[in-house]
Amino acid sequence: MSTLTEAPPPLSPAAPEEKPPRRRGRFTPYWLLLPGMLWLVVFFALPMVYQASTSVQQGSLEQGYKVTWHFATYWDALNAYWPQFLRSVCYAAAATVLCLLLGYPLAYLIAFRAGRWRNLIMILVIAPFFTSFLIRTLAWKTILADNGPVVHALNTLHVLDLTDWLGWTAGDRVLATPLAVVCGLTYNFLPFMILPLYTSLERIDGRLHEAAGDLYARPWTTFRKVTFPLSMPGVVSGTLLTFIPAAGDYVNAELLGSTDTRMIGNVIQTQFLRVLDYPTAAALSFILMAAILAMVTLYIRRSGTEDLV
Amino acid sequence: MPFLNWLKRHLVVIAGLLTLAYLLLPNVIVTVFSFNKPKGRFNYEWQRFSTDAWQDPCGVADMCGSLSLSLRIAACATVGATVLGTMISFALVRYRFRARGAVNSMIFLPMAMPEVVMAASLLTLFLNMGARLGFWTILIAHIMFCLSFVVTAVKARVMSMDPRLEEAARDLYAGPVQTFWRVTLPIAAPGIAAGALLSFALSFDDFIITNFNAGSTVTFPMFVWGSAQRGTPVQINVIGTAMFLLAVLFVLFAMVLGNRRNKQKA
Repeated sequence: MSTLTEAPPPLSPAAPEEKPPRRRGRFTPYWLLLPGMLWLVVFFALPMVYQASTSVQQGSLEQGYKVTWHFATYWDALNAYWPQFLRSVCYAAAATVLCLLLGYPLAYLIAFRAGRWRNLIMILVIAPFFTSFLIRTLAWKTILADNGPVVHALNTLHVLDLTDWLGWTAGDRVLATPLAVVCGLTYNFLPFMILPLYTSLERIDGRLHEAAGDLYARPWTTFRKVTFPLSMPGVVSGTLLTFIPAAGDYVNAELLGSTDTRMIGNVIQTQFLRVLDYPTAAALSFILMAAILAMVTLYIRRSGTEDLV
Repeated sequence: MPFLNWLKRHLVVIAGLLTLAYLLLPNVIVTVFSFNKPKGRFNYEWQRFSTDAWQDPCGVADMCGSLSLSLRIAACATVGATVLGTMISFALVRYRFRARGAVNSMIFLPMAMPEVVMAASLLTLFLNMGARLGFWTILIAHIMFCLSFVVTAVKARVMSMDPRLEEAARDLYAGPVQTFWRVTLPIAAPGIAAGALLSFALSFDDFIITNFNAGSTVTFPMFVWGSAQRGTPVQINVIGTAMFLLAVLFVLFAMVLGNRRNKQKA
């Protein structure tokens, strides 16, 4: 390696450490990191800085933008679009809870009950990933169609009367209502819940279940006192992996919803690509980022699994 | 009540299989509707059976062009992200150095960021630089968001690797290069393959980030998005079905291969 002939990357001389795994090439880790980290700094961190500066600019597309430290943009954006923010959080939270309720049994099934079917079920969970998610989301339009069997069944069972009363559906339609959007979000992010759940369930020693049984714990007690607490890392990372992308998503709200179900992602998309009001769009996406980071930090603190990240 | 008892005993299995059905239902619909002959422009209602779309999968203007563009971008993004990501994960697992924590959080952040935020901020960067949006900006964006996933996948594998294997190689007078190519890389290979596969799927499927940074270039997901407004051709379902089948076959094949190898070793 020609590390010594070229300018070394910024680093401080290594302090005497407990036990360096390898003596050779003090600069080697930095050379390994350099290209990838440069990529992330230039195309991930730097854009955030640009966006921050855009959000306090004023001007127009024709005359150009200038940084004027106009923080009122944040206030105006929040004032104008708080319903969409609130809706995004509610939809994403509902989808996350549904994903947990639906995903847990399947992850449990794969980890403990599937036997020789385990690999096949695993493939069936992962394979839909390879069909474009837009195509699959469009398929929900067919499934939830107004005169389709699902809506018909829900109508016959008078479920729609109840959801209508709750404001989740409108009349005898499911499409273009909050229910359809949450259904799509749940569907799209379910694998992100199942995989971490499965990983943490799989690590649990089966003998713990036997021990619980020997101590006269009933199945439900075993689950509540042994299995579920041990799967907490999976629950935490699964809920994060579902909630974060769901809160920023605009595809489900656009394809399955209506103007009454627009989420904050839709607003950012429209402001950026159609209205071309860059400061407002930048401010909105900054608020979304800050809100999500705050919620995630709080959540990780409370669930006490900081070693997760 | 024998039935109730049976139900109670198999409750988890039943619930799990119902979830699996929920996951696969859209794929079934996509497959079934690839054999449909729709009346109007929209392929949402069943009319009658036909294999027209399967016989002429590229019969829609611009669709196969966007498909090949997506495949090219996904291939390039996979190579880029896998190489850069593998290098980072080796540095993280094998060396102690300052800034390790900073690097770790830099890897974690893109995964914890909503896609719209990344997409919008990258667009502001490109607009400020006056970059021309198209193939290259899409590729840059895809490598950026695939990188973290590759690092996570490779790190998991390299971390569980026994360092004594490399020591043994060195004791047997293998040079560092030889040790790396003959011992380290083969052991890390499954992790690298998993990372590469994940990047390919993520890049091929990405819509949100691409939509912001593509300009007038149309990738396959963007074609699907556009067609949702204009009317979806049946051929989209054909592509969706073929992709699903290819993925299943590919994974099955990889698993059979892995099993055979394990048996040989045992």
